[in-house]
Amino acid sequence: MTSTLELKEDKMLKVQFVGDDDVLNHILDREGGPKIKKDRAQLLVNTQKIIKKPENELEEDDQEVLKDQNYVEVLGQDVQESLKNGSATDGGNKVYPFQNRKHPEKMAKLASELAKTPGKSVSLNKNDPEITIDIPQCSKGKILPQFEFLSTAPRGLRKRLIVPRSHSDSESEYSASNSEDDEGVAQEYEEDTNEDILSQKIQAQNRVVSAPVCRGTPSKKMKRKKTSHLVEEYFEAHSSSKVLTSDRTLQKLKRAKLDQQTLHNLLSKVSPSFSAELKQLNQQHEQLFHKWMLQLHLGFNIVLYGLGSKRNLLERFRTTMLQDCIHIVINGFFPGISVKSILNSVTEVLDHMGTFRSVLDQLEWITNKFKEDSSLELFLLIHNLDSQMLRGDKSQQIIGQLSSLRNIYLIASIDHLNAPLMWDHAKQSLYNWLWYETTTYSHYTEETSYENSLLVKQSGSLPLSSLIHVLRSLTPNARGIFRLLIKYQLDNQDNPSYTGLCFQDFYQQCREAFLVNSDLTLRAQLTEFRDHKLIRTKKGTDGVEYLLIPVDNGILTDFLEKEEEEL
Amino acid sequence: RYTSTGCFVFKPNFKKRKISVPIEDYFSKGKNASEDSKLRFETYQLIWQQMKSETERLQEELNKNLFDSLIEFLQTSHSGLWKNSEDWSGEIKLREIPTAALILGVNVTDHDLTLRSLTEVLQNNVTPYVVSLQAKDCPDMKHFLQKLLVSQLMDCKVDVQSKEKESVQVIQKNVHYSMDSLSAWYMNFHVLFDPKMRLKRQISQFLIRMIKQNEIQHLHEFPLILIFGIATSPVVIHRLLPHAVSSLLCIELFQSLSCKEHLTTVLDKLLLTTQFPFKLSEKVLQILTNIFLYHDFSIQNFIKGLQLSLLEHFYSQPLSVLCCNLPEAKRRTHFLSKYIFSISCKREETQSLLENLHVYHTNYFLVLRCLHQFTSFLPKYPLGRQIRELYCMCLEKNIWDSEEYASVLQLLRLLAKDELMAMLQNCFKVFQSSSAKELGNTAKKIEEFLAQFQSLDETKEEEDTSQSQSKGLQKTDLYHLQKSLLEMKELRSTSKRQTKFEVLREQVVSFVDSLVREYLLPPDTQPLHETLYFSSAHTLRQHLNAAPRIALHTALNNPYYYLKNEALRSEEGCIPNVAPDICIAYKLHLECSRLINLVDWSEAFATVVTAAEKMDANSVTSEERNEVIHARFIRAVSELELLGFIKPTKQKTDHVARLTWGGC
Repeated sequence: MTSTLELKEDKMLKVQFVGDDDVLNHILDREGGPKIKKDRAQLLVNTQKIIKKPENELEEDDQEVLKDQNYVEVLGQDVQESLKNGSATDGGNKVYPFQNRKHPEKMAKLASELAKTPGKSVSLNKNDPEITIDIPQCSKGKILPQFEFLSTAPRGLRKRLIVPRSHSDSESEYSASNSEDDEGVAQEYEEDTNEDILSQKIQAQNRVVSAPVCRGTPSKKMKRKKTSHLVEEYFEAHSSSKVLTSDRTLQKLKRAKLDQQTLHNLLSKVSPSFSAELKQLNQQHEQLFHKWMLQLHLGFNIVLYGLGSKRNLLERFRTTMLQDCIHIVINGFFPGISVKSILNSVTEVLDHMGTFRSVLDQLEWITNKFKEDSSLELFLLIHNLDSQMLRGDKSQQIIGQLSSLRNIYLIASIDHLNAPLMWDHAKQSLYNWLWYETTTYSHYTEETSYENSLLVKQSGSLPLSSLIHVLRSLTPNARGIFRLLIKYQLDNQDNPSYTGLCFQDFYQQCREAFLVNSDLTLRAQLTEFRDHKLIRTKKGTDGVEYLLIPVDNGILTDFLEKEEEEL
Repeated sequence: RYTSTGCFVFKPNFKKRKISVPIEDYFSKGKNASEDSKLRFETYQLIWQQMKSETERLQEELNKNLFDSLIEFLQTSHSGLWKNSEDWSGEIKLREIPTAALILGVNVTDHDLTLRSLTEVLQNNVTPYVVSLQAKDCPDMKHFLQKLLVSQLMDCKVDVQSKEKESVQVIQKNVHYSMDSLSAWYMNFHVLFDPKMRLKRQISQFLIRMIKQNEIQHLHEFPLILIFGIATSPVVIHRLLPHAVSSLLCIELFQSLSCKEHLTTVLDKLLLTTQFPFKLSEKVLQILTNIFLYHDFSIQNFIKGLQLSLLEHFYSQPLSVLCCNLPEAKRRTHFLSKYIFSISCKREETQSLLENLHVYHTNYFLVLRCLHQFTSFLPKYPLGRQIRELYCMCLEKNIWDSEEYASVLQLLRLLAKDELMAMLQNCFKVFQSSSAKELGNTAKKIEEFLAQFQSLDETKEEEDTSQSQSKGLQKTDLYHLQKSLLEMKELRSTSKRQTKFEVLREQVVSFVDSLVREYLLPPDTQPLHETLYFSSAHTLRQHLNAAPRIALHTALNNPYYYLKNEALRSEEGCIPNVAPDICIAYKLHLECSRLINLVDWSEAFATVVTAAEKMDANSVTSEERNEVIHARFIRAVSELELLGFIKPTKQKTDHVARLTWGGC
């Protein structure tokens, strides 16, 4: 190993250009795994060699950059001109990196960093070892001790390091997604950090010894380390399905539940920031309206993308440009939307009475109608063409076929990260898109206002209210029966093998509480519950019926609390 | 209204609808309106129409060969059957359905056009009974047959009213019967299939039935020919159809023109010509060809890109008013007075400049083609194999400054005589085909060169014969032998110095070099090139080959990019805590792995936001403020969900799953 290294260094002294193969060997030169560390120690002493290396390293880097540029050029991206679009700022490698493992405390740490330095920017690239080491080299020594402290501290200590911001001090335990086998993961994790500590220590020594003399040595080693790290991290991330996250739940926070109205009220109190800039941004987009009209008329269709709701923009487009034209506005984010309803509104425009056997028949009828009468003109405005309901292959095919008609003009917006994947080449040619980036930063108020697009904490309010509503319509006895079942289920909520309450036991309990007098009455009651989807029955392995309430335990707890309040 | 439907129809009353705005108004209103904008739009439409019809003509021309051979196949396939039906092989053939497999290539987007024109050609030349079936039209058997029957009935008008109804009913009841009726009605029949083999089940069902049919009735009663369109290879047919079916097909392959050749022709006829004044700059051409080569191989898309660049050129470049044929452009020079304030530039001068530009282009393309003749046969193709590559290089800069050009000259100096002569011959043809006056001398010169080479041939032969005569060596002594060897050696060394051929070759090379240096100047050296060249490559790329993911990423990661507020200015990979909520939530979520604890997330979010808000003093009580912050968090999270960064998960309570990898 040493000899080869020296040999290589000799080579490096002479040769300026490094061939692809050499670079590859260089990068993948990891056969002597444990020996590398020894070499590192040697390298520390032999500063002269080290000095020579970085130059070469730099050159290699340059070369890579050059290659990247070539590639970019091949793709026809011109960096100077593309200031208006976001596309030039970052290469794809930043958006699509490999999956790697994250440490659970990262977010809290980052947050506190962001909070500590208000208004100022903080480097957030703490997860990438290369960058963290590189930063101190760029004479920003402040961050370094922090990092080392964190990574060398044993796990327990680190846990204590996280400043608890709320009452949940004792609860900030981290566990795997499936709570069993937590030990193994923790150990694995510890091993992982140990390794880190080791290398960090070496790194630290290295810096102490050679920092004043050689600049860039670590980058060399980091590069080697980085490749091995990349590989390790990749496999680590894929080796186990467990993820370490804290066990805290929203239940413990009192303000967890908000309904749509409260949310709206609360948000209306927030004063909007950057309104001047946002207005400017919007004005830029509005200047394009005439151009859009022109291009729509010339056979193109327009798709808008970029962060922020484009609803208001399209609405303004509609009010300023389309007042005298027939147009259909389609809210793709509406949960009940379907291609059928879109086609129906098109036939409504054409004053068609009657029904169609199938969507395809309808489409054909529309196509013929528009081909026959070239004076017909129809604008389709689709908000969120990529919504859950419309993103299916068939829907897209049909909308695409509609849009390919010469006198139907389509202007649509997409928001989802992967929206363009909806279209294969054939569909894209049907749509004949012109892409327009319209980043607005507007809030997706309307788009997210339908309950199914919201997260757990709000959707929780809906079952609760419906639960209360349904149960109020029942007899007191029935309510009692249901309450029994809830209580039993809550008592068993920590039991992972709980499958439900056995019918016989349930009957016994109900009898004891004087709620039923025969198992027939109980059965009748249960049928009613089942009709309301309040319970689910399952046959166990022993043939016995088990009863289960398919509602979140948290909601059940809340329900019981409410019930008790009323009583 | 929101709860009932997601679609809203807006129909202005009838009177209003009548006043429709002419399209050119949109053209002129958008930007600084000027008197010439109307003219510009008209010119755009004129040129685009010309280009479009030219491309259509080209397409037709290129497909002609293929269609001709197909038609021949169709006409012979059945007549051939009946002739030797007593034959044993004819018997076998009788039970097979003649099938043409049309390999169309991977450029799926162009297939539609090809198949449509094929249908047209077949209807005109072979039989009116042609049905074109596309996978998208036939999701199930019912639609399939309906399409088959209805389109057929519409065309032939055989008792449309009564039988259509009947047949549709029949279809719904029993497919088999409708097949009967089908065969009873039509005598000669072709079915075209779309290339996408999504039709799998339908085809096989259909074929099986067809074949059963054949056993009962004879094939000549229902002479069916299938034409499959295939994207990649005919193996697909065998993979999709069970053996029992595919063995009953008599497949013949037809290969359509490769899309690269198609592109070359389109470029040749649309851009490398003075017929159309509009030209593309190097970058634009590069983008268009790259989209073609790296994305879809689609000619249609290429032409769409061409249309967009034409539109953009006329829309955004005021000087484009002069982008028309030469006499018209001369007439329009007065529009220029607005843009040129220099007194020295008079109208006449502009006109002569325009004329020069025209001449420049005429010569340019001739010399370009000539140079291409020389470079396209060289080993390793230093200047590219296709003329478009050469064109791009020449557009970019002085080609003779490039290393590749130097190596081309070197290689040319090593060429053998017959190669060189072939190239010269080709060049001569190129020059002869044009009527340019300036380069008339060049053609003559090449002719001279050719003649010289020819004469070289003859002299060489003479030399050869004389040498062979002298070579007839008699028996000699050592002294004479040495002497004659020395003589021969001398002779060889003189010939090494330079033969006549080498001198001539050198002359040819320097002649080519001089041509290149004189005529292949990059267009931006020419005055008024802005009128003809569209150079805003960025616009084109943005609209044709957009990167929505990266735009999202930039907006979330670096809000300063869009919102030019100093408070948002930050270093690479950083974000200030006053940034929009969604940016902060996004940045925080990047620090998590696959699962995110909502509580942790919301607390981290609250920490950041509170810190940012402390700067501006507010009087709201802390509890209320916390609630507001929580609401903001909820909004940010649900927006991120809409954007597809996270989704709810049941894996763990109050967790969401991340849908993207990495963090930066």
